[in-house]
Amino acid sequence: MLADLPLLSLVIWTPIIGGLLVLFFGKDEQAPLARIIALAVSVLTFLLTIPLWTGFDNSTYQMQFVEYASWIPTFNINYHLGIDGISMPLILLTAFSTVLVVIAGWEVIKYKPAQYMAAFLIMNGLMIGVFCALDSILFYVLWEAMLIPMFLIIGIWGGERRVYATIKFFLYTFLGSVFMLVALIYMYTQSGSFGILDMQNMPLGMTEQILIFLAFLIAFAVKVPMWPVHTWLPDAHVEAPTGGSVILAAIMLKMGTYGFVRFSLPITPDASMKLDWLMITLSLIAVVYIAFVALVQKDMKKLIAYSSISHMGFVTLGFFMIFAIMENTGSTQGMGMAIEGALVQMISHGFISGAMFLCVGVMYDRMHSRQIADYGGVANTMPIFASFMVLFAMANAGLPGTSGFVGEFMVILAAFKANFWIAFLAATTLIFGAAYTLWMVKRVIFGEVANDNVAALKDVNKREFFVLGVLAVAVLALGLWPAPLSDVMHATVDHLIEQVMHSKL
Amino acid sequence: MMTPSSFEMPNLLPALPEIFVLAATCVILLADLFVRDDKKVITYLLSLATLVGAAVLTITLHTGETVLTFSGSFVSDPMGDVLKVFVYLVTAAVFVYSRSYLMARNLFKGEFFTLGLFGALGMMVLISAHNMLTLYLGLELLSLCMYAMVALQRDSLNATEAAMKYFILGALASGMLLYGMSLIYGITGSLDLAEINAAIKSLDDSKMMVAGLGMVLVIVGMAFKLGAVPFHMWLPDVYHGAPTAITLYIGTAPKIAAFAMVMRLLVEGLGDMHAQWQEILIIMAVLSMAVGNIIAIAQANIKRMLAYSTISHVGFLLLGILAGTAEGYSSAMFYAITYALMAAGGFGMILLLSRSGFEADRLEDFKGLSERSPWFAFMMLILMFSMAGVPPTVGFYAKLAVLQSVVGVGLTWLAVLGVIFSIIGVFYYLRVIKLMYFDKPVDTAPLESTADMRIILSANALGILYLGLMPGSLLALCVAAIG
Repeated sequence: MLADLPLLSLVIWTPIIGGLLVLFFGKDEQAPLARIIALAVSVLTFLLTIPLWTGFDNSTYQMQFVEYASWIPTFNINYHLGIDGISMPLILLTAFSTVLVVIAGWEVIKYKPAQYMAAFLIMNGLMIGVFCALDSILFYVLWEAMLIPMFLIIGIWGGERRVYATIKFFLYTFLGSVFMLVALIYMYTQSGSFGILDMQNMPLGMTEQILIFLAFLIAFAVKVPMWPVHTWLPDAHVEAPTGGSVILAAIMLKMGTYGFVRFSLPITPDASMKLDWLMITLSLIAVVYIAFVALVQKDMKKLIAYSSISHMGFVTLGFFMIFAIMENTGSTQGMGMAIEGALVQMISHGFISGAMFLCVGVMYDRMHSRQIADYGGVANTMPIFASFMVLFAMANAGLPGTSGFVGEFMVILAAFKANFWIAFLAATTLIFGAAYTLWMVKRVIFGEVANDNVAALKDVNKREFFVLGVLAVAVLALGLWPAPLSDVMHATVDHLIEQVMHSKL
Repeated sequence: MMTPSSFEMPNLLPALPEIFVLAATCVILLADLFVRDDKKVITYLLSLATLVGAAVLTITLHTGETVLTFSGSFVSDPMGDVLKVFVYLVTAAVFVYSRSYLMARNLFKGEFFTLGLFGALGMMVLISAHNMLTLYLGLELLSLCMYAMVALQRDSLNATEAAMKYFILGALASGMLLYGMSLIYGITGSLDLAEINAAIKSLDDSKMMVAGLGMVLVIVGMAFKLGAVPFHMWLPDVYHGAPTAITLYIGTAPKIAAFAMVMRLLVEGLGDMHAQWQEILIIMAVLSMAVGNIIAIAQANIKRMLAYSTISHVGFLLLGILAGTAEGYSSAMFYAITYALMAAGGFGMILLLSRSGFEADRLEDFKGLSERSPWFAFMMLILMFSMAGVPPTVGFYAKLAVLQSVVGVGLTWLAVLGVIFSIIGVFYYLRVIKLMYFDKPVDTAPLESTADMRIILSANALGILYLGLMPGSLLALCVAAIG
């Protein structure tokens, strides 16, 4: 019964239409109603994604829940949706994060609350669409359309330098994507199809592949973001309202890495192999250098933003290390571990970074400061909050038993099969990650009560407790028992490796 | 050749919309004499009725076939029919948007509407021209109306200056065009576009050079009318100096007609010289995109900003034409139509914000619009993102179609340049959105406008959003029209 419904369309359009509905309650006195509708829509969307998980067939790499309709026949562009083991968990993560963001913004957002909620709901639908799209133009349209609500969220509800940050954010990401558009058009003129699956199967020469790979690289590297095109992220994170930071860190960054596995690796496997040194180098720079940068930050949000860049370096490292593993060991086993580790890291980072930003948000709502120096001894006045914060910080540092450990461990383990030095450099993150995270926690949470403002702090209320509690459960569950997540991915990852190993020349 | 003795009645049916508009406008011209100043709304309604009537005629007479009449000097074909319908639509929108603006400035007179309708007639003739003389006739009819309209606000220094600039430079460009046409006529011995095309095929090298010179002069004339760099100088000054309602008129429907002029002259007349004009168009397109987008950033006046934005859009439009394939022409046609719709909305928003004694043409006049009117701020948001080419608005598909045709003929580097300049362009469109959404309002007066304007303007912007979600039918229409 449920399987007959166009589930993917439902999860894309429910939040978008719901968001438009919320917009109608734009007046401030109607805010309570707008909040309730927003919550209902986001919860409904999340519930609609659950059948995607329960009804998912782990044994096949084929696209599931496929929907297909002609959209723009002139250019052979189709409304083609489908999910596999890589995109399904990301869709659940997106819908889940949006529910938390709506709750987290409940009474905190006083200025135009309905528009705030509506923007997140619309973005929820667009983001889910990005993960479902199997037509490259549909993908591109959603990928770009998503920038509009985010641009407004940062610009309207952001901090002091919000205008600078949001324009920088928009221009950076727009700059990256247009090159991808040219690459997509080029492939269309060669193959006559904008279908992503068709592009994965079309033959391409080496020069073409390299150019297409570089075009994709600009688009996705900006989004991940990879060093050296990461500079928009700290600005955007710092200025964005808490909800915006959560969605940016938890979902938007994942789109860059998703792009690598959906486009770069399968469409240009030979170029990926040829340029894997570049990707590994950039990833390691992100992992090591950005960790140092994080160490010296004075602003908590900035610190977490840099920590995100560093963690996303792990993901790209995992994806592009596979060629070195193949060369070194001659088996595909380690490759699977590298990619799966990276994918698990994506999901885990979604929870952890979201949780970290929510923690900062909780403190910011009370103190209106993000500076580490303004805090100290928060554990004395907010003990429950402090326990959450410490847990998430440990997860961020990759403590075994939390989700942060699983992905990093898998990637480092696989890295040893590729090259000792890659593994060594990647493993330093366990030290540096612990250093910058725990040092921040030490300065903010522990010690004597620093000043009167901290002394006056009130511990988390029920709403905040719920949000942080749910995330804590997710972080621990994924850390203790990651099998359900990796089981979903096996077949898809195996197929991806097959595609990558199959030369297109 | 026709001699008086062999005169036979030409087939008038294909030209019926033109004849109707001519007759109706003459009637309006006369009727307006008897309409008192406070009852000019009658003239306004009659003008709208004329456009509706022309649309009905064009649609009912549409056969999907190409019919020549008046000894081959006038053509009725699918491309022309589609373009004309959009000319009526955009002109009607211009009339609706202008009403309260003109009333507030004591310009709500018969002249505006009759000149506007004669201009529309000029566009129709231009679109249907199949002979260089017909083409020139249509172009001059249109141009003369526009010169007069710019000067309509007699006591405004800016408008008078703009009209003089426009007239002198326009006359110069017309001269260039005419000289080019005469050279081509001299070499090929014909004014008929199809015959010219046939004759050029068999020219030897020395004659080809003369034809080439003629082609260059023709392109200069066209580039001026389009506003392509380096013949764009008039455009910002005229857009800025003219009353906004007139800017709206000049900046929208004539772009559709200019596209038709390029199609008729370059593609139908000089199609065989594609290799030569392609190079010229490449240079003009790149320069237009560069100059338009970069200089637009420095503007503080939104009319000037939109003028430079027009120049950059013309560059994009030329990209589609220079591809030289049916795909390219249909993409350029799609671009011209959607651009006219976007520009109508954009200038319409300025008119919406303006009131008696207040032009609302500075960028800062848009500050905090989302507080004053969330709905129209949202409409402007759609229009700006569409001009920037951000999905899900139709501006994205216009760019997509053009880029695709350029990449299709192997000019991928040109597509890369195009997207780079469009990134630069995004900045100034974003600035408008920034002003509307992130800044606090300076001016808190409520918006004064008539209900019909609000409805049509909303429909205009929502149409752009709708076409961005469902561009298929309009794209297919353009492809079918080019054939």
